[in-house]
Amino acid sequence: MLIDFFLHLKASKLPVSTREFLTLLEGLRDGVCGHAIDDFYFYARTCLVKDESRYDRFDQAFAAYFKGVTEIPGLEKELPEEWLRAMMKKHLSPEEKAQLEKLGWDKLMEEFRKRLEEQKGRHQGGSKWIGTGGKSPFGNGGYHPEGIRVGGESAGNRTAIKVWEKREYRNLDDSLELGTRNIKVALRRLRRFAREGAADELDLDGTIAATARNAGWLDLMMRPERHNAVKVLLFLDVGGSMDDHVKACEELFSACRAEFKHLEHFYFHNCVYESVWRDSHRRHAERIPVHDLIHKYGPDYKLIFVGDATMSPYEILHQHGSIEHMNREPGADWLRRLLDAWPAAAWLNPEPERLWPYRQSIEIINNIMAQRMYPMTLEGLERAMRQLSKKT
Amino acid sequence: MRFEGSRDYVATPDLMLAVNAAIKLQRPLLIKGEPGTGKTMLAEQVAEALGLPLLQWHIKSTTKAQQGLYEYDAVSRLRDSQLGDDRVKDIANYIVKGVLWQAFESETPCVVLIDEIDKADIEFPNDLLRELDRMEFHVYETRKTIQARNRPIVFITSNNEKELPDAFLRRCFFHYIRFPDRDTMQRIVDVHFPDLKKDLLREALEVFFGLRDVPGLKKKPSTSELIDWLKLLVAEDIPPEALRAQDQRAVVPPLAGALLKNEQDLHLFERLVFMARNNR
Repeated sequence: MLIDFFLHLKASKLPVSTREFLTLLEGLRDGVCGHAIDDFYFYARTCLVKDESRYDRFDQAFAAYFKGVTEIPGLEKELPEEWLRAMMKKHLSPEEKAQLEKLGWDKLMEEFRKRLEEQKGRHQGGSKWIGTGGKSPFGNGGYHPEGIRVGGESAGNRTAIKVWEKREYRNLDDSLELGTRNIKVALRRLRRFAREGAADELDLDGTIAATARNAGWLDLMMRPERHNAVKVLLFLDVGGSMDDHVKACEELFSACRAEFKHLEHFYFHNCVYESVWRDSHRRHAERIPVHDLIHKYGPDYKLIFVGDATMSPYEILHQHGSIEHMNREPGADWLRRLLDAWPAAAWLNPEPERLWPYRQSIEIINNIMAQRMYPMTLEGLERAMRQLSKKT
Repeated sequence: MRFEGSRDYVATPDLMLAVNAAIKLQRPLLIKGEPGTGKTMLAEQVAEALGLPLLQWHIKSTTKAQQGLYEYDAVSRLRDSQLGDDRVKDIANYIVKGVLWQAFESETPCVVLIDEIDKADIEFPNDLLRELDRMEFHVYETRKTIQARNRPIVFITSNNEKELPDAFLRRCFFHYIRFPDRDTMQRIVDVHFPDLKKDLLREALEVFFGLRDVPGLKKKPSTSELIDWLKLLVAEDIPPEALRAQDQRAVVPPLAGALLKNEQDLHLFERLVFMARNNR
């Protein structure tokens, strides 16, 4: 029986190894856990899953395998009429559908109605001025699975069955979207410990150790100076159409913080003009002229923009095009100026790459960037980092 | 040997099961979890509850795996050679034992805590594979192999700053300490403040969980911050009524600085409160 369980986990894309499986059996033989299925669940998880981001996948696999073993009240309830199911398919993700299945008809209707209302709200408030009709991608992406508490807090006593059915670890799953750790992995590519040049520093510890090993004969040791060669200027788009992506951006930002020794960040809105700011609360009071930045930071800095580049083309191409102030020079000029100052540059765009061709402003900016715009997925980041670390 | 939680530490059933499985099957237990959920405390409490000595090894970014085994103190040897000390002839005099060596040598089994393993270099866990697996290592200088007399109970904590290698993970048990729910939190607080007034605690937990739900906080307040805050509330003798006003979301709770450690978070929170007050 357990071999099937093991293979089932393997089929569910959990990275379990034979060694861990044998450990699991060993523990069962030694009576580590009792005979209750709750105990077995916890023990199997301790044994086989080594990353909290896989807890959710394990919960699902476990539930699927042991569905016949435990009776979960509410599961046998029938689904409502066909049309509703069709509508649900349109609006809900598979997981949510699965969650809703557990609830009764009334609750389902209520949730669904709420959902539709929410959807309407999103549409109106969303990306009106971009002019994409129909289902806006923001509305799609803006769904917050956590936002709807389907199970409710009154789900009753907390047995383990509830735990794996509740799938509380869902938002730890890293395959869904770009999490902080994914970004970190990609950003690490940027961080080259350059041990370059000749020996230029006296290695004091090494000298002492080598001298001691020589029983007192002085043996001088040198080592190349160790320094983190990567310096980064980060320009983040905030506000407006970026609101939906702010979370992803913040994660990227927090990941950056830990990775680089020299990291300077600045905010702009939609497009860079003559000044940027560092602190959103005081953005109007404390603006930093872009010219100062160009003079201050040397050309060895790498330039990373993060923004959806979604705006009206006027904001890039025309003077006085900015929606916030009267800009005397068009944003495109400022972008080119930045690119001249820091030739190694990339633009990360949280919008899905397949939508890019439909946005004129994205195309314009991508051309200014010489096609160095990358989607904000792990794969896109990899490409961006590879491009950035190329010798220019 | 079984761990059943202790007087000062509330362990959930799943955590207890993980600890007991690790003890019984003699595998290292890797613990992750939000900051302030008691990862480091766990090893201390297990050692205390089982009456075993605790050896701690705190990892820094410069720590090498070798340092946990032993170090060759070449400098002392050099000094002694200059002074013509006799000890110089035996290299074993200059081998300084590390935490793992001490643990392997110990007469009784002991608890080893490898704290914040993710702080070290990315290769660090790989350098410890054999040591943790077979519980033995070779001392090159004296050409001796050190084997554990009793396999120590090893706890490893990580804050997720680096990915740990698969080979290492396969040899460990793993447990993720979830943020405690309201009931568990109540028990945790009971353990720390046995005679806290019930109504004060209820109000405080209300405020605390409410605060954790505020979207956009950089660092959500954790268990240890709650405990600190309660300490302050008790010390300042704040009446429960002062907290209850928060139900209307109209005031900043007293001493909120103990819960929100980040200037931006505090600022954000104050603005939210301010907005809530205006909307009323």
